Amino acid sequence: MTAHAHGASAHPAAGRETGAPASGLLQARDVTMQFGGLTAVNQVSLDIHRGEILGLIGPNGAGKTTFFNCLTGMYPPTSGSVLLDGQVLPPKPRKVAAAGVSRTFQNIRLFHNMTALENVMVARYCRTRTNALDAIFRLPRHRREEVETREVSQRWLEFVGLGHTTDLLSRNLPYGDQRRLEIARALALEPKLLLLDEPTAGMNPQETREAEELIQRIRGLDIAVLVIEHDMRFIFSLCDRVVCLVRGEVLVEGTPAEVQHDPRVIEAYIGGSVDLPNAAPAPEASLAHLQPSNPVLEMPPNAANPILGARRRRGDHDA
Amino acid sequence: MNRPAFLASFERFAAPGRLVALVGTALLLAAPMLPWAYRPALDDMTFWFAPSPLQWCGLALTVVLLACLVLGWVVRPQGRRSLGRRLNFNRGARAAAIALLAFVAVVLVASALELAGLVALEPGGWLALAGAMLAASGVLTLPRGEEPTLRTLRSPAWLQILGIVLALAFVLFVAAYGLDLDDPGAFFSFGVWAGVVVWVAAQVGLLGWLSTAAGQNRSVLVLSAFVVAFVFPFTQNGSDANMSIAAGVLIFAATAMGLNIVVGLAGLLDLGYIAFLGAGAFTAAVLSESAFATIGWSPPFPIVVLISGCVSALLGLLIGSPTLRVSGDYLAIVTLAFGEIFRISMNNLDGTDGPNLTRGSNGIPAIPNLDFFGFDFGSPHDIFGITIGRFANYYWLLLLVMGLIILVFTNLNRSRIGRGWVAIREDERAAEAMGVNTFGLKLLAFAGGAFLAGVAGSVKAHVDVSVTPDQYIFLESAFLVAGIVLGGMGTVGGVLVGATVLKLLPEKLRFFEDYRLLTFGLLLVVMMRFRPEGLMPDERRQLEFHDDDEELADEVADDVAAHRVGSVVEGTSAEPGSGATAKGDHR
Repeated sequence: MTAHAHGASAHPAAGRETGAPASGLLQARDVTMQFGGLTAVNQVSLDIHRGEILGLIGPNGAGKTTFFNCLTGMYPPTSGSVLLDGQVLPPKPRKVAAAGVSRTFQNIRLFHNMTALENVMVARYCRTRTNALDAIFRLPRHRREEVETREVSQRWLEFVGLGHTTDLLSRNLPYGDQRRLEIARALALEPKLLLLDEPTAGMNPQETREAEELIQRIRGLDIAVLVIEHDMRFIFSLCDRVVCLVRGEVLVEGTPAEVQHDPRVIEAYIGGSVDLPNAAPAPEASLAHLQPSNPVLEMPPNAANPILGARRRRGDHDA
Repeated sequence: MNRPAFLASFERFAAPGRLVALVGTALLLAAPMLPWAYRPALDDMTFWFAPSPLQWCGLALTVVLLACLVLGWVVRPQGRRSLGRRLNFNRGARAAAIALLAFVAVVLVASALELAGLVALEPGGWLALAGAMLAASGVLTLPRGEEPTLRTLRSPAWLQILGIVLALAFVLFVAAYGLDLDDPGAFFSFGVWAGVVVWVAAQVGLLGWLSTAAGQNRSVLVLSAFVVAFVFPFTQNGSDANMSIAAGVLIFAATAMGLNIVVGLAGLLDLGYIAFLGAGAFTAAVLSESAFATIGWSPPFPIVVLISGCVSALLGLLIGSPTLRVSGDYLAIVTLAFGEIFRISMNNLDGTDGPNLTRGSNGIPAIPNLDFFGFDFGSPHDIFGITIGRFANYYWLLLLVMGLIILVFTNLNRSRIGRGWVAIREDERAAEAMGVNTFGLKLLAFAGGAFLAGVAGSVKAHVDVSVTPDQYIFLESAFLVAGIVLGGMGTVGGVLVGATVLKLLPEKLRFFEDYRLLTFGLLLVVMMRFRPEGLMPDERRQLEFHDDDEELADEVADDVAAHRVGSVVEGTSAEPGSGATAKGDHR
């Protein structure tokens, strides 16, 4: 794999390295993902520290989800590498999951005809060792692990506040609960890093607040969280650091305060007709100014809104 | 099923309708006392006041109809938890009357076909038909009411156990009596009767209750199912012909059960599965003491069984590891080709085109009977004064194999491996992202299924005496898949029902042999239209076919919750609906 060719040591100073290596949990080094002629993710380098909440923002089509897929092994990156605790992650989703990176999906991908508990129990698969013979002959290991799996899974359900839904089919759960169940399922993998792909999409303000509180509690478990969101209020109040991805490249990285006042970010969202790195700053604009009074930035990504329009205009320039 | 709108307008006439139905019932009660036919046809229905067995069957159904009519009138559905709401007598009456009409019609048509035509029918038969028609038209006016909810009734354990035992006794009676019927018309009529009885039970709500009871008393169910299966040979009066059919059904069912792991649990369509049965059979044949065996080594049978299983599993790994990366249709085509490759290879390993291993199309004949510690499977034994012949001996051995396969099936299903399979069926990429070894699990299903087929094949070699390549053709694979689809994917009971229907009917209805494929084709088309999930589906599977059925979803959720009582865990709930019709179910 190309991933192996580019070790961390090969490019120690590559990208926008901000954290000290000692506290780094996950390091993405020059991750590039090309689909034919389209470069969806271009030379992205990113460090995630232990126990931090990192926000990943960017207009639609910026490559956020593709970057997620590169991190989790669903797409093997065209070049670059991803390291977890200094080890190169294998380009296979289940091995990445076993190594300690788990995720949720932008469009909910639960096992719809399984109960909530069973959904969570599936994620315990790579944390249990029962083999076929243990299962067929009901050997002690099977019994012990099944009881344990059930208890652990139930605890995760309770952790996200779904303790009462144990035996409900996941397809019968309300939308917000399905999102939380996906998080419970991801947590049951015992990850070191949790990747959340738009965890509040389609949620009402009340549910969004609950999600925020839930993510804070996840951080309390010493699990780092990387979250993609379009809801700027959510991102800026929750995250320790924010990275803005535009056209597959890291545009800005910094604290929420830095990012939300960065003119280039505003440019990227509202749109402009200039080359992004040299964008002329719009002096008094800031996402924070726009954001509380402007519902645009809280809209779900697919709603018709100016941001979508901005992306389309940029798309024209790309072509 | 949606009810035609015009039927709803009939409900105004419910009271006179019930009266008409009662009159019809009275006629049906009287009819068996009269002769139905001029000469003995299906069975002897020529006597006054001496009903034949088939007439007794009709009479029993008539009593059920009468009870439903009267109770549906007397017991009003009051309150959510009243018995009148839980049991739907009106539906039962409707089903029983229609069932009786079908049964009487089948009996009369079959009699007329076997005798000189309709002229050979006596007034009794016509009276029964008139009664059935009256009853059927009368019940159409009855209000349909709600779905019965007897399944959620809490009932004492002894009652549940009694229900299971009675249901299995009914199964034993149907199997024993049905297999003994030589006359095709009588067999068919009896089969129709057994089918409609189950249908009536389902309509009243009794089947739902039985399935709940079976789910809560699995050990009782398993034990009594095994006892029923075990005592079955004693009911056949030493008839080797009947037991050979029974052994054939068991081989087919055991193989289909192995395939059900692949198709029903892991969701992989395998159209060449018969090759694994063949590989096991050929392995057992060349390692047997047959004079034609090409390998001069014949280890004891238990070792042969293991080797056969391993050879098949190895083939499974060989074919599975490159192909399981593709999914769905591609896999089906590759396995189909593999089945053909196997058959042709076995034909060619004859000493001229290749090494002489299988003696080509002649196969390996004269495989001797098994002999365990002096127990010769080939010779009859007398137990309790009943002769147990050759096929009955093998029947018991096959029962053991069947038990093993059911054990593997259910226990794998109810473990982390089974959960992984469900997850793969639901969303393979999400399963992979959640750390499930999807490829490994698919390969395990494939190789494990092949192993079990190999084990079944090693016994089949001895039952059949000779093994030839032309026993393992594509059509057999197709029948195995058809048996699973017909019975219901992913369940033990479903496979047993499907295998019995597909294997028993052709044996008993020989006169219809030329139309066998046509009939099965039609049957499958009809099934796909009206009940794509099969006769006794796994509930989760059923949900996959009926994505928008909220009521069903709630039921399934209830059952998954209920099943957890008293068991360590279950990945996917095994089917509860097997109580009344299945021969066996495991845990």
